[in-house]
Amino acid sequence: MTAAKDPIIEVKDMVKKFGSFVANDRLSFHVEKGEIFGFLGANGAGKTTAIRILCGLSYPTSGEIMVAGFNVYHEREKIKRKIGYMSQKFSLYDDLSVSENIRLYAGIYGLGRKEIASREEQLLERLGLTQIRKRLIREIPLGWKQKLAFSVAIFHKPAIVFLDEPTGGVDPITRRQFWEMIHDATLEGITVFVTTHYMDEAEYCDRVSIMVEGRIEALDTPAGLKQSYKSKNMNEVFLKLARS
Amino acid sequence: MSLILDHIDKSFETVKALKQVNFEVKEGELFGLIGPDGAGKSTLFRIMASLLVPDSGRCTMLGFDIDKEYRQVRQIIGYMPGRFSLYMDLSVEENLAFYARVFGTTVKENYDLIRDVYEQIAPFKKRLAGRLSGGMKQKLALSCALIHRPRILILDEPTTGVDAVSRREFWDMLKKIQGEGITTVVSTPYMDEAELCDRVALIQKGELLAVSDPSAMAEEGEKLLYSLRSGKGVYAYLEKVRQLEACKHAWLFGDRLHVTLRSEADATGVKKILDSWQDESLVWQSIVPSIEDRFMGLLQQESEVSSEQGEGI
Repeated sequence: MTAAKDPIIEVKDMVKKFGSFVANDRLSFHVEKGEIFGFLGANGAGKTTAIRILCGLSYPTSGEIMVAGFNVYHEREKIKRKIGYMSQKFSLYDDLSVSENIRLYAGIYGLGRKEIASREEQLLERLGLTQIRKRLIREIPLGWKQKLAFSVAIFHKPAIVFLDEPTGGVDPITRRQFWEMIHDATLEGITVFVTTHYMDEAEYCDRVSIMVEGRIEALDTPAGLKQSYKSKNMNEVFLKLARS
Repeated sequence: MSLILDHIDKSFETVKALKQVNFEVKEGELFGLIGPDGAGKSTLFRIMASLLVPDSGRCTMLGFDIDKEYRQVRQIIGYMPGRFSLYMDLSVEENLAFYARVFGTTVKENYDLIRDVYEQIAPFKKRLAGRLSGGMKQKLALSCALIHRPRILILDEPTTGVDAVSRREFWDMLKKIQGEGITTVVSTPYMDEAELCDRVALIQKGELLAVSDPSAMAEEGEKLLYSLRSGKGVYAYLEKVRQLEACKHAWLFGDRLHVTLRSEADATGVKKILDSWQDESLVWQSIVPSIEDRFMGLLQQESEVSSEQGEGI
């Protein structure tokens, strides 16, 4: 593994056991500041378990893990202030309006009233949602909702944003617009940690790790992985690794 | 015809979920319904399963009307809903036996039909269904939908949220089921799965955008489609390409950009501009559109029309 230049996440020998079941088996990797890191694996490979630990939601069984400069054992609240999180399953409150969701999350992350007001306007305008700010989230299309959820997850300018299958079920154009937003976020210095089942999206990452049965089987740039596994695209790489 | 959807309309309060949906599926066909979340796929599947009645239009399954003859319809179809709907507090084998019995048959009688699928989960047959992994739940649900040997199988997004390996395995199973002469209608948000169907319908906002076989579907797409690759990565080129006057659309597409030009005449001009960027690793070539390109083309056409008409959402 290449030496870390400016790591924002450092994981060394991370193990997580549930009883006798080993969900994460000595994971070691780092994520560079400002990169898009793709965290791939089959269902049940242990991705969600690892993400929960990195977000400070669950303790590892053992290992040395630092996230945004803080220790996952005893600085979890500090980690939570430095990260943003969004998933496909849950991101925004359906029974609150667009505007209420923005203000709720901004408030939770401790932004001041004045700052929230001005940045809310900017955000609504950028997403073209100004006219529908009072609509309930459940009434707006999924694609818009996911773009808003992402913006809300990075509203407090976190060091890292964790995205768990953010584009599942989204139409192919919105999916691409979403990835353009991800790229724009990295230009602001935000590190992106993302999972997906769309293998074309793995190509948009700077580096990709592939988990198989609790272990990281491969970690490299998409081009490097395609070369190592003699594959035309990331789908082939994934099938070769996850099937064997 | 195995099933006929004749100008189906369905609204929920003020939302028009389906607008004049009209297509037929042939006997023994593997038919795909491709579209994003919210397109109306699940509503259409509930109508086919006789669980919803359309506001207008008619739906028949092997000639039986889903409204007036729903009892017969339910005998001949196997339905796998989008949300896992088996009994979480019954074991794998109990679920299967239950579904067999409801349909007046036994697991033994039709076991040959589900053998390939069921054997993969048989080692866990004593486990509660609620404790299975996503991939295993999906295999159990398919086994239960097949256990009464239906004539028509309707599968609502069986592969959503499922990893690429399990998705591939699931499609292998569908091909085998097709070999048994069972007509299958399956919906998916994954465009790459379209190519595995005999025919596909593209659906968006309750309307069918196109129905045909996958290769014809792709060919009817943009004629002026090009791909751009570079050893330096393509993201940096995305905005540059979009700013070219000749460029109609440009999108990320895996490790390349897919670029649609406004006219054939623009091609040589664009090539010259690209050469002036002095990136020797840059590869520009004319390509045949995929289903995903076609779908994106249709989505863009539609959004251009609706913005001309001044429609919001």
